[in-house]
Amino acid sequence: MSKEKTVTIVDAGSGNLLSVLRACEKVGATPKITAIEGDILAAERLILPGVGAFGHVMDAISKRGLEEAIHRFAETGRPYLGICVGMQIMLDESHEFGRHGGLGFISGAVEAIPDTNPDGTRHKIPHVGWGELSFPDAPDNGPSLFSGVSAGESVYFVHSFVARPENPSNVAASTRYDGMELCAAIRAGSLWGCQFHPEKSGPTGLRVLKNFIELT
Amino acid sequence: MLQPAGNFRIIARLDVKMDTLIKGIHLEGWRKVGDPGAFAQRYYDQGIDEIVYMDAVASLYNRNNLAEVLTHTAKEVFIPITVGGGIRSLEDADVLLKAGADKIAINTGATKNPRLISEVSNRFGSQCVVLSIEAKKDDRTGSWEALTDLGREHTGLDVLAWAQRACELGAGEILLTSVDQDGTRRGFDVELTRAVADAVPVPVIASGGMGTADHLAAVAFEGHANAAAIASLFHFEKEDPDSIRAAALELGIPVRAI
Repeated sequence: MSKEKTVTIVDAGSGNLLSVLRACEKVGATPKITAIEGDILAAERLILPGVGAFGHVMDAISKRGLEEAIHRFAETGRPYLGICVGMQIMLDESHEFGRHGGLGFISGAVEAIPDTNPDGTRHKIPHVGWGELSFPDAPDNGPSLFSGVSAGESVYFVHSFVARPENPSNVAASTRYDGMELCAAIRAGSLWGCQFHPEKSGPTGLRVLKNFIELT
Repeated sequence: MLQPAGNFRIIARLDVKMDTLIKGIHLEGWRKVGDPGAFAQRYYDQGIDEIVYMDAVASLYNRNNLAEVLTHTAKEVFIPITVGGGIRSLEDADVLLKAGADKIAINTGATKNPRLISEVSNRFGSQCVVLSIEAKKDDRTGSWEALTDLGREHTGLDVLAWAQRACELGAGEILLTSVDQDGTRRGFDVELTRAVADAVPVPVIASGGMGTADHLAAVAFEGHANAAAIASLFHFEKEDPDSIRAAALELGIPVRAI
């Protein structure tokens, strides 16, 4: 009898939690949505979705008394996945609406996507739509979120701000928007983050989630 | 000719009356088409980029009735879903977002109470607020007026000015439907789309009139749209998302390659 793969989805007050839940079910996990500290500490694997403003998401986590539990979970080495703003808060800080501190799991800052190119042409903000993934040349660090996902497969983005990790080794995937390279995914050990929405990215997104569920 | 900045999205628009998918011509008179959830599933399987559900009778019942359709669809359709029709308050938006919507589209709710745009975008983020505009050309002035209630009510609002104001209030996207072209399959109102797209900082979804891939090229390159919403062409099975995507790629439109 195969063991149940449970996944704990943190309700930080934003994000399409129902879609994350359904997508986890689709790939064979047993998901649970919670805002209870004890559930986070006991989780086998943790997903933290978030949309809206970086500062609001951090405030919501703090108001729910979850910041310490999230930090302690992150130290256990069990798989962790931040989605969208849930990924952005993994960095040190953001420059959205002033300066806001993040969880500090990965060095770097979150900044606005420039709305103008060096040549002066403007493009639309937020960046909304499907973007192709590219992966850095990196030594094989074991099982990955992107196993079986080919460079060039598309996933769904909707964001006005972008994570800029200081260390290139923390960049797990990138995408291009109007000639700019944007960070699509980050990684530090067992901690993963996706700027895109795997629960909204069709079969490719489901593959990413399935890989996450299978990480040990 | 402007090359779209990011990938151009092909979106299916489903107008729903109670629990039935319908399609109208020029936003009046309609035909029953079938089960909205089943159509959404089929389009997802055929590679559509997003789904938009519009509650076609919301103004008659003074509320949006699509929560159940949404929850049912959210089970197996893993792409962004937008829902609109009859959203008048923050609570209305909350109910639909919890039921599985990623974005809410507002028209009448916003023309009557523009602050609604700020309320929803402050609470849930501007990425979740789509301003839906029904635009009708005024041949005397050469400009377009924003209509509501599926083209039945006049607002006196100039579409360009209204679109710009809505973006300042926090709208993250514009869904721009041409009342004149909708249901005709004779092409989008490219001039309208370009005027709005050039005037606002947010992505613009062109809607109304899609018939052939050439129409898509025109609205993408000349109309400066970031996406196109397609209804009758798909619902009446004249084309499907796969064939439109392939034709679009051949014309050099940067759609998602599956």
